[in-house]
Amino acid sequence: MVRLEEGGPEVAVSGGGPGFFTSRLSDGIAWARKWSLFPYPFVTACCGMEYMSVSSAHYDLDRFGAAWPRFTPRQADMLLVVGTISHKMAPVLRMVYEQMCDPKWVVAFGVCTCTGGFYDNYATVQGIDRIIPVDCYIPGCPPRPETVLDALMKLQAKIQKQRHGLTGPVRPAHTDSNA
Amino acid sequence: MDSPARSGPHTLTAMPEPTHDDPTIARLRAEFGDAVLETHAHRGDVTAVIRADRYRDAVRLLRDDPECDYDFLTDLAGWDRLKLRQTPRFEVVLHLYSLSRNARFRLKTRPEDNAEPVLDSIVDIYPAANWPEREVYDMFGIRFTGHPNLKRILMYEGFEGHPLRKDYPFNKRQPRVVEREIPDDRPGMIF
Repeated sequence: MVRLEEGGPEVAVSGGGPGFFTSRLSDGIAWARKWSLFPYPFVTACCGMEYMSVSSAHYDLDRFGAAWPRFTPRQADMLLVVGTISHKMAPVLRMVYEQMCDPKWVVAFGVCTCTGGFYDNYATVQGIDRIIPVDCYIPGCPPRPETVLDALMKLQAKIQKQRHGLTGPVRPAHTDSNA
Repeated sequence: MDSPARSGPHTLTAMPEPTHDDPTIARLRAEFGDAVLETHAHRGDVTAVIRADRYRDAVRLLRDDPECDYDFLTDLAGWDRLKLRQTPRFEVVLHLYSLSRNARFRLKTRPEDNAEPVLDSIVDIYPAANWPEREVYDMFGIRFTGHPNLKRILMYEGFEGHPLRKDYPFNKRQPRVVEREIPDDRPGMIF
């Protein structure tokens, strides 16, 4: 048992007793969660055509357990933001993100969602990470389906590294005292 | 810098084409005289510039006159000529089409005031002008008097200024939600 800060609560570390058990539990929950990502496609622009390509049978997203889009944010845990986000749209995207239950992850699909792309103008948000936190960025205009699959696998690796509990939010790996 | 391409077949300067034999131009000149400020044609597309005070009358004539019969408003658009140092600064462009004659015509007009441009609405003549006039108001700030519902159509409530005016900074943004600071280095981030 260690204290992370002066006077703070004692925290179990890996290597014996309850610490070993909680880290195994976290790994198990992560394994379950990374193979059952339910995407919410927030599709606004031409990248949507590429999203349809990815989600069709040819690329078989079901291999990753991420093929079943939920068209309500309350049932989804991966927000796929596909396409340009305008300032007019920004409050809607923010509300969709806030309606999602934890645990949740956000993927920026295409260069417009990552940075605004070439829409450096009055209307466009210069990257959705200015509105909501983003876990994974997919470049491309539009990205090839292989790039999307690569991003999905990287997101799965990230989820596996995060610290999961039966309750409470998912924490990044770097906040874990075991890491 | 001299470029040999400028003298080639793809020169930017349009060859002047005569407009005096165009029946629509003749009709406009007969009706409005000096109020027809300019005419020109390019590869069969004829354009006339009408003084703003006769704009509505010209539009009505172009629609109702059996020789003109332009019964279809293809588009209505705005233009800011600030960087061209032209005055009046703003121009409104109508693209008209006659279904019966299979003919096209472009009518332009220039609201006088550069700071607060005002123009008559033509929604009662062409109902299709409703949304385009709202867009021109939204983007350029040209007010159309007589419009039934002149409010912004694309930009949101609370947006200040008119973004397609040439003196609007192209990268000036007016976010509706508070934007986060984006640090360069974020731990755990996958790029």
